[in-house]
Amino acid sequence: MLGGSIVVMKFIQIKNCYKVYKNGVTAVADLTLNIDKGEFVFVIGASGSGKSTLIKMLYREEKPTRGVVQLGGINVGKLRNRTVYKLRRKLGIVFQDFKLLPKLTVYENVAFALECIGMKNSDIRPKVLKALEHVGLKDKIRSFPNELSGGEQQRVCIARAIVNDPKLLICDEPTGNLDANTSKEIMEVLDTINKNLGTTIIMATHDLDIVKRMKRRVLVLDSGVLSKDYEKGSFRTSESV
Amino acid sequence: MRKEVLEQVKAFRILKNSIRDSFKSVFRNFSLSIASVLCTTITLILVAIAIVVTVNVNYVTKSMEKELTIVVYANRDVTDEQINNIESSIKKIDVVDNVEFKSKEEWKLEMKQYSETLEVTLDNLDTNPLLDSFVVKVKDVKDLSPTTREIRKIDGVQSADYGEGMVEEIISAFNVIKTATIGMVIALIIVTAFLISNTIKLTIFSRRSEIDIMRLVGSSNTSIRLPFVFEGFLLGVIGSFIPMIVTVYGYFILYEKLGSSATFSIVELVKPFPFVFYTSIILLVIGALVGMIGSARAVRKYLKI
Ligand SMILES: Nc1ncnc2c1ncn2[C@@H]1O[C@H](COP(=O)(O)OP(=O)(O)O)[C@@H](O)[C@H]1O
Ligand SMILES: [Mg+2]
Repeated sequence: MLGGSIVVMKFIQIKNCYKVYKNGVTAVADLTLNIDKGEFVFVIGASGSGKSTLIKMLYREEKPTRGVVQLGGINVGKLRNRTVYKLRRKLGIVFQDFKLLPKLTVYENVAFALECIGMKNSDIRPKVLKALEHVGLKDKIRSFPNELSGGEQQRVCIARAIVNDPKLLICDEPTGNLDANTSKEIMEVLDTINKNLGTTIIMATHDLDIVKRMKRRVLVLDSGVLSKDYEKGSFRTSESV
Repeated sequence: MRKEVLEQVKAFRILKNSIRDSFKSVFRNFSLSIASVLCTTITLILVAIAIVVTVNVNYVTKSMEKELTIVVYANRDVTDEQINNIESSIKKIDVVDNVEFKSKEEWKLEMKQYSETLEVTLDNLDTNPLLDSFVVKVKDVKDLSPTTREIRKIDGVQSADYGEGMVEEIISAFNVIKTATIGMVIALIIVTAFLISNTIKLTIFSRRSEIDIMRLVGSSNTSIRLPFVFEGFLLGVIGSFIPMIVTVYGYFILYEKLGSSATFSIVELVKPFPFVFYTSIILLVIGALVGMIGSARAVRKYLKI
């Protein structure tokens, strides 16, 4: 209504964003949304509804075909391939499949993220230990991934994702391979990270039980279209998607 | 200032890790690495042979070309004026490099020095039986025959000749050898680059998940690529060791057996030093370059970043 243009920078701003894959599939259509710093947002929707595509555009694995994806003031879609790494250093990313290196110990897997960005060993150690403490795995630092349960492996991934203190943690179905109890543990870890570290978290999932229990903001995708945007706590147990 | 130093320290660490990773992966893909190294070795030995052949053929050709002269004899009764005319006519021919006049008196003096019998014989003759002559040098071998024909047409010339046939054939045979060797070497270098590229491809595939993670956590493209480029470099450099040794020892032996012997006066080889030194460096550089080009291809093709 106001004629003035007071621009309040949102942490994440997505405006009229489309993603059409080379094969002609429109995975995301006319998506517009904002996310504040410190929010915990779920992205739900049926399989193939475009959740992963949205996530991939955030960490610039895919470029939007049209529209803007802005992250902390950076137009992510406009980043050149060779500067994408600078964005990635400010993000943490967690997947369904754990993507741990089997020949490295828990400690080494987490430290790997910092070695990759050229950090000194003496700086790496305290950060890795702190991150492993956040996910409750400090006593397993010498174990190898195949000696861990699924939930523990996923916690190592989370530790690796947060080890460089990202402002944003992106999770694509992090509980997809885990049973209900283990999923609950993982959600507790993520919840603590969000609350204690103030890390913004975006999590794609199709597990409605989790979403209902967590009482956070929920974005619903339907064939690539944002069909609903539930404010924190307004996604009810009875809600059908 | 301090930040710059830190950046440098960081760059060094990335470099160090890259080198370590390259060594590791050479051993991880042992059989293919060995194949690449062997292929590089064979190629570079052939490169060395090609260099030895080419350089020596050039050397021999050059020294033969230097000897390539047309000997022109003037008629017996030429006047001084005619001699001058002949000389200027020869000089007018474009491809003529140099003309040297040798009078029959000069010939006589030279001949008399050969033997006493000749000296006595020549002194007893009333007239000088020898002819005034010119020694003509041309710029290129292929000019020999046309120039000779042209000189024969000049007034007052009795004959003009050169070592017809053989010299030209030898030189053109040399050129065929040279071209064939260079062609073969280029083909082999390409094959080697492809083989190294395949080795690197395998490394890239075997480290797929590691690369994926590196990309996720924000490794720069350079630091992802570096280990692979180093690996190629390493394969090329390792592959050049044996050829370098073979070149040094082989050439010294060859030179001793052939180059310095008087039996083949035509085969006069280039001196081993510093020739083998430069050749070894060339082999090392080619090895390193082929390795890096091979890996650059693999990195560009299979490392989608
Ligand atoms: N790389 C791709 N190329 C072509 N089509 C794709 C690609 N990735 C996903 N899609 C398609 O885009 C749609 C959305 O996929 P995705 O974002 O993975 O959904 P979700 O994560 O919600 O299951 C699907 O129809 C899928 O087939
Ligand atoms: Mg998905």
